[in-house]
Amino acid sequence: MASSIRVRATANGDITEVQTLIQHPMDTGFVKDAKGELIPAHFIQELKFEYNGKDVFVADWGTAVSKDPYVKFSFKGAKKGDDLKVSWTDNKGKSDTTTAKIS
Amino acid sequence: MTTRTGPHPTRRLILQGAASVALLGLGNLPFGAAPARAAANDKYPEEAFKQKREADAIKSLYGRTAEPSDKVKLDAPEIAENGGVVPISVTTTLDKVTSISFFVAENPNALAASYRIPDGTIPSVANRLKMAKTTNVTAIVEADGKLYRATKEVKVTVGGCGG
Repeated sequence: MASSIRVRATANGDITEVQTLIQHPMDTGFVKDAKGELIPAHFIQELKFEYNGKDVFVADWGTAVSKDPYVKFSFKGAKKGDDLKVSWTDNKGKSDTTTAKIS
Repeated sequence: MTTRTGPHPTRRLILQGAASVALLGLGNLPFGAAPARAAANDKYPEEAFKQKREADAIKSLYGRTAEPSDKVKLDAPEIAENGGVVPISVTTTLDKVTSISFFVAENPNALAASYRIPDGTIPSVANRLKMAKTTNVTAIVEADGKLYRATKEVKVTVGGCGG
């Protein structure tokens, strides 16, 4: 399966800007399907970015984060060519991980 | 619905996922699956995400209240045509920021997202949130142990929580 995570990490001087798009339904548990049955809540709870073995950004999410979530942040200290590890876990225990090269 | 689309699910995770689905199938509350994850995910603020009112969510997450600050810049649209995808971002000039959180006052659960900002990370976050209806969006910045807030009303034309 292709990774659910798309990351673009761009270093500009000392600052690396990270943009991430994840494929995930982020079901709230409040929406009904075509048959009128509630679609159970299914959402990413934690999204983590690690650089050099250290967390640089951790997101705790509820159901109010939009479907196919997008998030952008920046951190200091990385160089072009370095690795950035991205991983998420959802409320059903599913997870995905990818490693992006900083460009 | 499948419970095993993760790339390398362990047996335990598969079983846990299956159990969650079984529980939810019996008509549990939307958050019925959550407690199973709490133990394995010690820092996830489970309780804060369950609070309905904004004040309760802030109290649960931080244990105190925030003061308004013009150093917290909240950027959100005046009008959101689609409440399902509202781009919201915050930046701050405050020092020693350790976390940034977003609240949507009249969503079913007010806390939308909370970000932990370690040393060396710029205190600026952009994300996209769902909004049930026209209401206030609040960003809280935790800096040097204190809480600062900025609030803005966003008019929502079509709500994003279904129903």
